[in-house]
Amino acid sequence: MATEFHNLQELRHSASLANKVFIQRDYSEGTTCRFQTKFPSELESRIERKLFEDTVKTLNNYYTEAEKIGGQSYLEGCLACSTAYLIFLCMETRYEKVLKKISKYIQEQNEKIFAPRGLLITDPIERGMRVIEISIYEDRGSSGSSSGSSSVSGSTAR
Amino acid sequence: MKNCEYQQIDPRTLPTPTPTPHHGPVGDRPEEPKGKPRRKWHVFPGKNRFYCDGRIMVARQSGVLPLTLGLILITSGLFFIFDCPFLVKHLTSCIPVIGGFLFVFVVITLLQTSFTDPGILPRATPDEAADIEKQIDNTGNTSYRPPPRTKEVVINQQVVKLKYCFTCKMFRPPRTSHCSLCDNCVERFDHHCPWVGNCVGKRNYRFFYTFIVSLSFHTAFIFGCVTTHLSLRAQGGKGLVFALQESPGRYPLVMNPLTAVELVICFFSVWSILGLSGFHTYLVASNLTTNEDIKGSWSGKSGEDVTNPYSQRNIFVNCCSVLCGPMPPSLIDRRGFLPADESVQTAGADIELPDLANKSEINMCTQGTKGLLETATLPPLLSTSCPQGKPPTDPTVNFDPSPEISTSCSGARHVHHSRGRASTPRHTKTRSKKNKRAALQIANPSFDVPVSPSSPDAGPSSKARGHKGDSFSHLQ
Repeated sequence: MATEFHNLQELRHSASLANKVFIQRDYSEGTTCRFQTKFPSELESRIERKLFEDTVKTLNNYYTEAEKIGGQSYLEGCLACSTAYLIFLCMETRYEKVLKKISKYIQEQNEKIFAPRGLLITDPIERGMRVIEISIYEDRGSSGSSSGSSSVSGSTAR
Repeated sequence: MKNCEYQQIDPRTLPTPTPTPHHGPVGDRPEEPKGKPRRKWHVFPGKNRFYCDGRIMVARQSGVLPLTLGLILITSGLFFIFDCPFLVKHLTSCIPVIGGFLFVFVVITLLQTSFTDPGILPRATPDEAADIEKQIDNTGNTSYRPPPRTKEVVINQQVVKLKYCFTCKMFRPPRTSHCSLCDNCVERFDHHCPWVGNCVGKRNYRFFYTFIVSLSFHTAFIFGCVTTHLSLRAQGGKGLVFALQESPGRYPLVMNPLTAVELVICFFSVWSILGLSGFHTYLVASNLTTNEDIKGSWSGKSGEDVTNPYSQRNIFVNCCSVLCGPMPPSLIDRRGFLPADESVQTAGADIELPDLANKSEINMCTQGTKGLLETATLPPLLSTSCPQGKPPTDPTVNFDPSPEISTSCSGARHVHHSRGRASTPRHTKTRSKKNKRAALQIANPSFDVPVSPSSPDAGPSSKARGHKGDSFSHLQ
């Protein structure tokens, strides 16, 4: 099963995409952006549950911070209203700043944790904030096909 | 030893698609001499138009936006030309300053409402759609109509049903609705406003609200100034003796018919726009959308104990969260470049094309979309969402009527749209602007907001609401 990749480049060049897992949104707290922390069965053989849950929880915290309604957002909103919202054309909003932090975090996680295990997380913003897409790769060079087929057959209807 | 260079678990999941020749004359990106990479807005599947290389977007039908702009410009122009000089002389020179400020504010917020992405959700990528299909327990038999696809979530102890959108191939998040005029799912969908020529949703609701509030101030201000002007003239002004005695029977209005035009426009606008502002103030204070209010999602009319799960139970907090909340980013990457090694995409965001069959569907969709964009022959109310938006090889979708409605802010114009049935959409065009606006006046606001009394408008508004009830009963 050992699909060892040393870095992200190696993953992209030498591996073939086996499957994709989609972590859906969690709407139990309303329309704020949260993702489900339920551990998908396809990843059981690939990554430790705790690592996965930590990643998703950190992402959820980032999104909560971006959408937080508090003093700073009120100030931003009132200032924007008084300038007929023209300020949005020049200024980067707090949400955009947090999104940049999120991209960096995802890049880091991919490099340190997910790529060595043959996985790759796609930034949710590229999927319209609907899902966290996790791509599962198979090493092109490895001869064993058992783990590949098991991850394909694992994605049955729940 | 290794038998093959690489493992193909499933040929459909290869990351690099096999190079194929032109799959479509229109939809395919022509392999131009390198150097003309296309941006994602070129292949955007919804019915929108883009200008300034994707910076500005409007709905495909601009509706009556030119009329709105024209009315505002003409009325304000007449005000500055005819009323301001007189009032500056006789009252104060603040008047053109205030008028100018309000005018600029109104025009800027109008343009922002019209040109901003209202919160469009990009369509699901083919992989996501396939994943969701698996979860819905599709047996794979596509010859008969599948059951309606809904998912239930519990939000703040309230059960909310999420519907599956057949065009966008995903379960719509709460408060999201699919606008059939624009053929997009829009987050926190309020209504499709023909006056601004765009949907009003999560991202541009604050612009829209600011626009109507400032427009009500502006029209009220002009109305007041014109009335003052005319009454001052009729009284003879400050020390001015007018020719009323010289020409008895002649009214001051005849001296300046354009002022009369201003007066008429302002008179009708003030009532309708004030009413609309009041209605939206009520919506903001209770954290509702026009769509939810019209459908009565949280009014408990079915007898159950339903409350709005999104409301914070505090008017001030509701207002702040709706109007002063953080500005979410646009989810459709209009100005991003299409990856160079792919063929046309519907979502415009993914680079995976697992299936040649899917590819041809997508190309047809884009062709169809481009065709729609290029022909302006479809009457707006008969427009259906891009029929090729769904894979033509999937007959289940064709048989499944999924009525989608778009509510316009006139309240009395509905597009009742269902696929698979040849029903003519019902719509009502009211005769005057005043009636259109009045249709949205609420009958019984539950919050203490200054709304114009509903009694004079009970007639048109109840008629309109009754009519709305008719159209929407199909959805219940």
